[in-house]
Amino acid sequence: MPIQLRRLLLLFSVFIIIFIVIRHFLVPDSFGEFGHYRGDALDEIASQEVKFMGNQSCVACHDSIGTLLIEGYHDYLQCEVCHGPGYQHNVNPVTYHLLKPMERTDCAKCHSQNKARAEDGIIQQDIDNHHPERKCIECHNPHQP
Amino acid sequence: MKEKKKKINRRKFIGYSGLITGGVLASSIAPSLGGILMASRKPKNDGPWYGIGIDIEKCIGCGNCAKTCKIENDVPKEPFFFRNWVEQYTLKKDGSMLIEAPNGGIDGFKQTEADENILKTFFVPKMCNHCAKSPCTQVCPVGATFESPEGIALIDEKYCIGCGYCIQACPYGCRYLHPDTDVADKCTLCYHRIKKGMNPACMDTCPTGARISGDLNDPESDLNKFLNTKNVQVLKPQMNTGSKLFYNALNREVK
Repeated sequence: MPIQLRRLLLLFSVFIIIFIVIRHFLVPDSFGEFGHYRGDALDEIASQEVKFMGNQSCVACHDSIGTLLIEGYHDYLQCEVCHGPGYQHNVNPVTYHLLKPMERTDCAKCHSQNKARAEDGIIQQDIDNHHPERKCIECHNPHQP
Repeated sequence: MKEKKKKINRRKFIGYSGLITGGVLASSIAPSLGGILMASRKPKNDGPWYGIGIDIEKCIGCGNCAKTCKIENDVPKEPFFFRNWVEQYTLKKDGSMLIEAPNGGIDGFKQTEADENILKTFFVPKMCNHCAKSPCTQVCPVGATFESPEGIALIDEKYCIGCGYCIQACPYGCRYLHPDTDVADKCTLCYHRIKKGMNPACMDTCPTGARISGDLNDPESDLNKFLNTKNVQVLKPQMNTGSKLFYNALNREVK
């Protein structure tokens, strides 16, 4: 083997070894566990906090309203649709209160007239002309409309 | 020497040219074969394989899904970035199409066109399609975005370098660069909730049950019942993304 080639080979092998060593320290341990990504990322994403707790956690305390709700038209609704996420209230029920949407615009989000809404589906109301001076909740109980 | 060279040329010329022609032919066929193989490939696992169903006939455009998602997943409120949003399509009688999504539908919709001018109008909730052959995960140069074993396209935000290739690659516009972390961000199908046996937040707070997600491998799942009873379509089927977001009553105008 020519002397030039021998030196070149030596240089190459040194570079390759350095590359392998650096790669060993840079690539995370769990990389490639399931595929071409960091396997630990799955657990990290799964560890995110749940904010919308679901009706089960609400009716544990608010059982009377829960019963009222399932007897009316809004029986399929989750409490948090109107009241917002319950995770803080669940921990600190005294200091942290949920939203109480009372305005006409809150009801209008679902019940205002829109041609895109199925006519035989949700009950729609002409919000601008249907008793504009009063709040919806003065006549309609949102838990049993 | 000269004679020998001549002899080799004569013998091997046909052989070599045959090899080259064959090689070119084979390599031109190979990629399309690969596509067929990939398209016919079944899900890799026996566990859950998640998909989504959206019933456009049931959507009332309240925007609860988009609002809920922002809260659940700490999506920045301003300027407006979305993991999911709602669009209202209005086909007018003069033949033109009006597509609106004020604030992504978070504050609800107000009909802007008079009833008599409208031929047809409907809401289309949009979100990540969690494609089985997602273009976005294929272009990532560092392996920071991937399809999880459950078939959910996810981002490893610690590994993402924020180059934005995936944002360009998504044909549905479902990714954005998070302004605080400077890395790509997208719908995780509420992976943290699914893993705890809950539904994704947007599906829980949909007041009409227009959105469902479920296990495509489970024949008894709600999603499979939805797929079996409705005429479903996916967005941009010609792109062969293997989209797992199925729409009922999808209009041809929706891209």
